[in-house]
Amino acid sequence: MTTTAASDEAVDTADAIVLLGTTKGLFTLRADSGREHFELTGPTFAGEEVYATCIDSRSGATRLIIGSVSNHWGPVLRRSDDLGTTWSEDETAALRFPEGSDASLDRIWQLAPGPADEPDVMYAGVEPAALFRSEDGGRSFSLVEGLWDHPHRAQWQPGGGGLCLHTVLVHPDDPDRLLIAISAAGVYLSDDGGSSWRASNRGIVVGFVPDGEDLEFGQCVHKVSRDAGDPERLYLQHHGGIYRSDDGGDAWTAMTGIGGMDFGFPVVAHPTRPSTAYLLPLESDEYRCTPDGHCVVWRTTDAGESWAPLTEGLPQRDAHLSVLRDGFTTDGQDPAGLYFGTRTGEVYASTDDGDSWRLLAEHLPPVMSVRAAPIVR
Amino acid sequence: MDVRVRVPTQLRELVGGAAVVEVSVGGASEDTATVATVLDGLATQHPALERRIRDEQGRTRAHVNLFVGSDNIRDRDGQATPITVGDELSIIPAVSGG
Repeated sequence: MTTTAASDEAVDTADAIVLLGTTKGLFTLRADSGREHFELTGPTFAGEEVYATCIDSRSGATRLIIGSVSNHWGPVLRRSDDLGTTWSEDETAALRFPEGSDASLDRIWQLAPGPADEPDVMYAGVEPAALFRSEDGGRSFSLVEGLWDHPHRAQWQPGGGGLCLHTVLVHPDDPDRLLIAISAAGVYLSDDGGSSWRASNRGIVVGFVPDGEDLEFGQCVHKVSRDAGDPERLYLQHHGGIYRSDDGGDAWTAMTGIGGMDFGFPVVAHPTRPSTAYLLPLESDEYRCTPDGHCVVWRTTDAGESWAPLTEGLPQRDAHLSVLRDGFTTDGQDPAGLYFGTRTGEVYASTDDGDSWRLLAEHLPPVMSVRAAPIVR
Repeated sequence: MDVRVRVPTQLRELVGGAAVVEVSVGGASEDTATVATVLDGLATQHPALERRIRDEQGRTRAHVNLFVGSDNIRDRDGQATPITVGDELSIIPAVSGG
């Protein structure tokens, strides 16, 4: 085990933490319990692209896990059990493709805790698109071969970010029910803990191929989030279009549009309130910035039947911002803390369910991944 | 046989700050040692350093250059490039990045 000292001191009295994975390292915000005052530190691992961040407190103490990649030296998975003061990586590489796969890890896109009552189980989604499972708290991972061996895999095509598995959702009532999403292969479901998988994209219309209304797979799903009240209800942001499923992802129906804006990357369900979710639409596939210079978060409280704009505290002039699939998150509290980071280095937060927002940081490198949570000691 | 491996500044924290590490190439003799056998030795003695140089399938990372003396192994036989007593293997990041 090697240990790398962070360049910043952890704040012993912090009650909440926000991890900001950027293209130039990890930045961290630490806050008091009221989430009023935030202190920014970083960069840690300067120069590395941090696409995956995870805050996991299931074992009774907060553990931080990040996946980064150096353009020169390749990908690394690191963990911290002291809130980012020191980080360690496993000597033998926790995350690696097995011999015989002829694949090598390009990038870690997602680090997802497993079931709440199995704190040593976690999942990693990577590029090239594959799912890994850990049963020892992220010290080591094994390739989920049921997905790797799926007959569709040879036909999966990469999206603009690469052929990445970027979303992993574990059903809260049945840990054998898994949902993953791949750009640009779409949603796949497993009912047996990952041994077998089926594409599940019925209803998601693909606008970038001819006859894209009834494709089994090939959708460019950008992100999926699960409703707080109904675990069978899911919200999905597609490359073009926003969708909802009421049956655990078996079928998808288009949600009410937001003024013709169907492009975006993240979708975030409220952590505790049923039928409530947030989107941050961008203008068109070609432009991919907040429309007309207005930065607007949209909230539904009726599961996507209607959407209301949230603008208080967000820039409404000359704000041509872009927020990527993991750049928007919630801290799990009620009222919800909501945080998003932009490709131009701003970080905005709301601690009142999105009613009002404020700027927490600016002039950072492009933000790729944001995670937030209360600290458990 | 031991071979001196020169470590770039960015990676020295992985080997306790050392600029040079001595790597045993095990059973390889002066006649059979190659860059690959040196890297295999590095994988045993300093695995976190080795995987910055090669991916898990043993391929040299695209933006890492390895020199035997003053020769870039890409201009010779790659990891099959022979290495002998007195040679030094240098790990140098390529002029690239983002």
